[in-house]
Amino acid sequence: MSAKTYAYYSGCSGSGTSKEYDLSTRALCAALGITLADVPDWSCCGSTPAHMVDHALSAALSARNLAQSEQLGLDDFVTPCPSCLKNTHNAIEQMRDPGFRKEVDRLTMRPLARKHRAFSVLQLIYEEVTPEGLALKIKKPLHGLKLAAYYGCLLTRPGRSMRFDDEENPVSMDRLLEAAGAGMLPFPLKVECCGGSFGIPRGDVVARLSGRILELACSMGADALVVACPLCQMNLDLRQKQIRSAVRLNFHLPVFYYTQLLGLALGLPEDQILLDKLVTDPKPALAKIEIIRPPDVPAQPAKEVPA
Amino acid sequence: MEHVQLGRGDTDFIRAVETESGQKVSRCYQCGNCTAGCPMSFTYDFTVSRIMRLIQLGQKNTVLSSKAVWMCASCESCSTRCPNHIEVARILDVCRHMSRRAGFGGARNVRLFADAFLQSVRWHGQSHELGLMAVYKLLSMRLFDDLTLAPDMLLKNKLPFKPHRIKGRDEVAGIFRRYAQGRGLHGGGKK
Repeated sequence: MSAKTYAYYSGCSGSGTSKEYDLSTRALCAALGITLADVPDWSCCGSTPAHMVDHALSAALSARNLAQSEQLGLDDFVTPCPSCLKNTHNAIEQMRDPGFRKEVDRLTMRPLARKHRAFSVLQLIYEEVTPEGLALKIKKPLHGLKLAAYYGCLLTRPGRSMRFDDEENPVSMDRLLEAAGAGMLPFPLKVECCGGSFGIPRGDVVARLSGRILELACSMGADALVVACPLCQMNLDLRQKQIRSAVRLNFHLPVFYYTQLLGLALGLPEDQILLDKLVTDPKPALAKIEIIRPPDVPAQPAKEVPA
Repeated sequence: MEHVQLGRGDTDFIRAVETESGQKVSRCYQCGNCTAGCPMSFTYDFTVSRIMRLIQLGQKNTVLSSKAVWMCASCESCSTRCPNHIEVARILDVCRHMSRRAGFGGARNVRLFADAFLQSVRWHGQSHELGLMAVYKLLSMRLFDDLTLAPDMLLKNKLPFKPHRIKGRDEVAGIFRRYAQGRGLHGGGKK
């Protein structure tokens, strides 16, 4: 593994709604020997609202963070959040156009000096540590746990721009979790939209789209969903109660960050992976670990547990 | 399906969409792949392939006043599956920019949420979830939406009351200020 240091951008949700993602990401990277250096005094990337208003404004908000990362003398910018990644990635890509770059420089008044690369922490772990490398470090395998990995829309799409994994059938999380001993279901909705930032202005949209994801994972017999995006996690977990009443189905499906489960498998303590931050109780799913089913017995579909 | 009375094509509009998005809309041959995969179609007045056709035909007002350009979730399904590698989601984004600048209301709450979010970034340098929710609720008067989420968020200590103000917040505010002042190349404005 490379002994390189990466500029780390946790993103706004990492200090609020997805604290557990930020902390478990840091702990996991430390355990895997990846050094992260926080981008000093970072600002918001503008998320979806910024690119909905203007691409130069959005790129300028990301460019300020890249400029801050230059203080560390680092070119490789990693973030756990796919939405932050998308904005930063697009900024770098669009700034190859000199006219666009000039406009961004006018907005930030801080022209970038280095050639930056942005990628997800997932990509970093998948490509630098690799599933094989990870498997050697597993202390508490996740045997007996059946999981559906849900990647969301932004992590790999479109492939010609994101250049990571497969755009329609990504497998990186599946492979890593398999290496940690979990059983991965072939989940057909792994890149279907959860409704993203429409949660607040149009809760009905999220109920419908996220509802479909939860419903299918349940009917496939998943013990839990695993995600890599704070917004997906919030829609699927925090809003699960809302969704249950909107779609009139009674599912209780925990939604883990992949970093929490990998951390668990590496034997990291609870205060580093913060499983208690999840809204849908993960204990019934976690209780299945170590119960190794006979290989021939087909999986039972998850029972609909009353609220 | 809504019928459109085609008006005279506005070629300036076609050119503006192409310039701002960096995409050639004439490359769309209406295969409908984008529409087939679009998860938001059920909220649209025109499906995404119809929006592409309307742009090709220069139907500026129909496109910019459509619900579709505001309800696109930018999930990139269309861009991923376009056989001609058109960045369809970027085109919808650009239409949304134009719709906003031209003063079409769009999907009101979607617009107000974006405003509230960016206001929060402008004030603090980072977005502050509780604060932006409050601003959004006041702007939209949707005071009681999502209140049921509050107990879980508070219980899990996921909703910091105080915003984290970064040291460089004036610098971030400066980006917004300069953006609002002269929108040179891409901000465009009055065309």
